[in-house]
Amino acid sequence: MNNIWAICKREIKTYFTSPIAYVAITVFLIVTGFFFYTLIQWFNLQSMQMARNPQYYQQLNINQMVYAPLFHNISIILLFLVPILTMRLFAEEKKSKTEELLYTSPVSISQIILGKYFASLLVLLVMLFLNSLLSVFVFAFGNPEVLPLLSGYLGLFLMGAAFMALGIFFSSLTENQIVAASLGFGFFLLFFVLNWASQFAGGIWRSVLNYLSFFQHFDDMTRGILDTTDIVYYLSLIFFGLFLTHSVIQSRRWR
Amino acid sequence: MIEVEHLTKKFGDLFAVRDLSFRVEKGKIWGLLGPNAAGKTTTMRILTGYLPATNGKATVSGYDVFEQTNDVKKITGYLPEVVPLYTEMTVEEYLKFVADIKQIPPDKKKEAIGRSIEISGLDLVKHRLIRNISRGFKQRVGIAQALIHDPQILILDEPTIGLDPAQIIEIRQLISSLKGEHTIMLSTHILAEVTQICDGVVIISDGQLKASGSLEELTSSLTERDGVFIRLKKAGEELMSLFSSIPGVENVFRQDDGFKIEWGTDKDIRDVITRYVVDNDLGLIEMKSLGMNIEDLYLKVISGGTEQ
Repeated sequence: MNNIWAICKREIKTYFTSPIAYVAITVFLIVTGFFFYTLIQWFNLQSMQMARNPQYYQQLNINQMVYAPLFHNISIILLFLVPILTMRLFAEEKKSKTEELLYTSPVSISQIILGKYFASLLVLLVMLFLNSLLSVFVFAFGNPEVLPLLSGYLGLFLMGAAFMALGIFFSSLTENQIVAASLGFGFFLLFFVLNWASQFAGGIWRSVLNYLSFFQHFDDMTRGILDTTDIVYYLSLIFFGLFLTHSVIQSRRWR
Repeated sequence: MIEVEHLTKKFGDLFAVRDLSFRVEKGKIWGLLGPNAAGKTTTMRILTGYLPATNGKATVSGYDVFEQTNDVKKITGYLPEVVPLYTEMTVEEYLKFVADIKQIPPDKKKEAIGRSIEISGLDLVKHRLIRNISRGFKQRVGIAQALIHDPQILILDEPTIGLDPAQIIEIRQLISSLKGEHTIMLSTHILAEVTQICDGVVIISDGQLKASGSLEELTSSLTERDGVFIRLKKAGEELMSLFSSIPGVENVFRQDDGFKIEWGTDKDIRDVITRYVVDNDLGLIEMKSLGMNIEDLYLKVISGGTEQ
């Protein structure tokens, strides 16, 4: 446990003493803030128009109309930013040969991986937390339902956490950070839209493609539906990513 | 103590180390010599648990490197060829991190960091970012990092590379001072370094052992004759026959403005010659031993392939 914390602490320090975390968080907040602003404006406009029609007015729902699309937009931004946050984690150790220190210290490979992973999760948490502060205005002037909001943020966190785990895996494959980021970005994008292909696939493939797609599992959560299948999906992706990283590092040393 | 038996490491079809066996005694400094690509770094990486071997056995202080890797890592300090530095940290932060992952107990951490900073002479730069300090200081941070947990075994891959002459001497003194409590193995290209600080050498080439043993053992086993060079105030030809008549002397040559006297390695007749010179009042100016030096030894071993 102490070892994991030692590794994690150093990674957090690196994130926050270099511009990486600040730039990523700032970009994230500006872009998501802009999305939030436009969605709220649009909702405002709708409300005013519908105020004349009580029947439609009943159907106005800030969770559905602002938060669900917002969560989808945030997930796309995460898809861009996570590979940039994880590309360094193993690639740089390899390039600068600092891995030799780690692997000759009494620290296990799993502890190294977990330490780095937790550090990247912390950056994700900071991003999502700062973003969630925007909702203060919504609560001040409206009354959104809290549970769908929480499940949406949980969905974002789980998806980001899965991206981070897979991003770490891509970082362990190479000593070039750009390669690691490109692999991560390409893979995430492909898995995001995998369900598009399901329309043309038949039989079992349709459900397989649907199940594998990030989007499908995320969609429910943005609408406040918490399904164990979705949570299990993300947790198994996290496990899969970290496990692959472990295998890569182990096999590289045995070659 | 470090013991290596029939160690083999293959990268694909290439042998980096082939059937290597040697022993480093406790508390001694042992040099690992060899031309480039001889397998020095690979051997050290295997001993520190960084790389697994393809075959063979290695034990460090009684722990099997492949079975009890974690125990080995706890008692070993390692300075790799490329110093593993996180350049965005200050020297002190970096050493704190190393102290953490070397599992120094929290109550001893501060002391350990202070001690390694002091020993390695880093007091001046301890609050500076590693990326901003000079090459020599970076090398010292590498040494501080290897020493921080006061390891029984120290493995140093070219510890004096990139340092200026004064720093080289300092680092050599530092390494010598660690002898006794620590068993040290270092690789180097500087042969003079070996004679100055090492008790013994392992010479490898193409991943294979060429020679190993203490310096005296090796030099005496590789030379057939011992000898002295002697310079005197008197330098007449008659001295040639005079020296030849000393019992045990095999050859006498004129060399420069003195004489070279040789005898078999089975005995030492230096004192006999000295007495001769004094008794005959020849006026001694200079007398020096002509035993094999490390350069000769190295070249002979690398080219000849004599195994000891």
